[in-house]
Amino acid sequence: MEPDGYLIPMGNIEIRHLYKSYPNRRHQPRSSDEAGIGYGDQIPVLDDINLSVSDGEMVCLLGPSGCGKSTLLRITAGFDGPTDGSVEINGRLVDGPQADHIFVFQHSGLLPWLTVRENVELGIRHLKDPRARRARVQEQIEMVELEGFEDHYPRQLSGGMQRRAELARALAVNPDTLFMDEPFSGLDFLTHMKMREEVVNMHEFIRKTTILVTHDIDDALIMGDRIVILSGRPAKVEMDRTLGFDRPRDFERQPALNQLRSEIYLMLGVPYAV
Amino acid sequence: MTFSQIQAPNSYRRRLLFPLLGFAGLVLVWDLSARFSGWDHQVFPGPLRVMAVLGELMAGGVLLQHAVASLYRVTAGFYLAIFFGIPLGILLGRLQSANLFINPLIQFLRPISPLAWIPLSMLWFGIGDKPAIFLIFLSSFFPIVVSTTIAVNAINPIYFQVAANFNFNRGEILRKIIFPAIVPDIVTALRLSVTIAWLVVVAAEMIAVQSGLGYLILDSRNALRMDYVMGGMIVIGLIGLSLDTIMRILGHLGAASWNRMDT
Repeated sequence: MEPDGYLIPMGNIEIRHLYKSYPNRRHQPRSSDEAGIGYGDQIPVLDDINLSVSDGEMVCLLGPSGCGKSTLLRITAGFDGPTDGSVEINGRLVDGPQADHIFVFQHSGLLPWLTVRENVELGIRHLKDPRARRARVQEQIEMVELEGFEDHYPRQLSGGMQRRAELARALAVNPDTLFMDEPFSGLDFLTHMKMREEVVNMHEFIRKTTILVTHDIDDALIMGDRIVILSGRPAKVEMDRTLGFDRPRDFERQPALNQLRSEIYLMLGVPYAV
Repeated sequence: MTFSQIQAPNSYRRRLLFPLLGFAGLVLVWDLSARFSGWDHQVFPGPLRVMAVLGELMAGGVLLQHAVASLYRVTAGFYLAIFFGIPLGILLGRLQSANLFINPLIQFLRPISPLAWIPLSMLWFGIGDKPAIFLIFLSSFFPIVVSTTIAVNAINPIYFQVAANFNFNRGEILRKIIFPAIVPDIVTALRLSVTIAWLVVVAAEMIAVQSGLGYLILDSRNALRMDYVMGGMIVIGLIGLSLDTIMRILGHLGAASWNRMDT
């Protein structure tokens, strides 16, 4: 802490000159652009990624499928190491997963043998006072509107409820950063729309730094304070733009947003926005 | 498939009635073939005679003694196999190097029938309970190790990432991830291996001991009492059925069935 009481901002992320390559594990090339890459050769995935995310920002990471968005997210969260370059969160080098930086998995990361309550409790199991612990769990469960389902097992919940339970578990530890890997994949259309709104509201409310990987351009434009678009492999940052649009966002009422949407569609290889 | 077959799996009554009908049919076939085979009842005794003999054995308490002796050996050998097999299986499932080192040895020892160990076990452990317990142990140990290893390998890696994300220590990973994750598979493995253990105990008792259902059968053969032999066989079958039922009930407990969709 600085002498004048100035708090070091929590949740800022610095990604510097990040490179990642994987050894090729395929004997046959996956596509024609991989011709000439033999077994065991290094395949570059991330190519000099630089990104600086400030405290409380929601960044949506977009890119063509297989470009390395998830890899970038996993490295940032400490689940994987970079080949070169570094990631710092709050000035500390990321060298492994941390309870301050919670990752929300693409498919349910809830432990299926624990109830909703027990799952939400995972991150705060070290709290000594059982009543405080219970209160915190209850607060998070109410926040995601899962009251009455505390003693249900994940398999007894719908897909959307499972995502909300996982979100409650992540928020219970009061993390400084949240990583979400395609949090809406596999949800039906309406649940997707509702979850999207809930995540936006949640972010407005608690202002945690969030990096969200998605392949859905509309999700990114509706949700993000900023969008970062990666190119195809090896991925470079192709667009990095802060979205100053008012919320709730609406493509019809905000022509500039709609304009940007068409631009991104074109950029990602779809000539017109549907 | 008819509509009703899709809708209603099996009513409670049908689940009870059908097996009983099956048994009744078996007894009927047995009775008819014994009557019309033309063999003497000393060679092929019918069900009525065997039932009478079973009543006799039960009244004297002999049957209970033999059954308890066999069950004791199976229990001891089986618990030993669980006690050593599950930790080793977890180790092999978690440590690649240990697996590379030990797994070939296990796959080499596993196909050797426990019965092939009879001469050595008698030499090492003498006669009495010990060689039989050792054979039971061998018969259950390898299947338990192998299924535990497979179960641990099959744990969704996301759960370990969740554990890392929430700063689980080693003990917590074991208690909160690995154990609960493998329980359903382990219960299935135990259900299969207890049947093998029960199979082996009878064979083991035919050589080194003076008690147990295997001994009862061997002793009756020497006395040319096929009715006692068949009585012993029936008791072995019934106890095997009960063991399997117990293991199946275990499999329906909450901790063992989190992976089932129907609850």
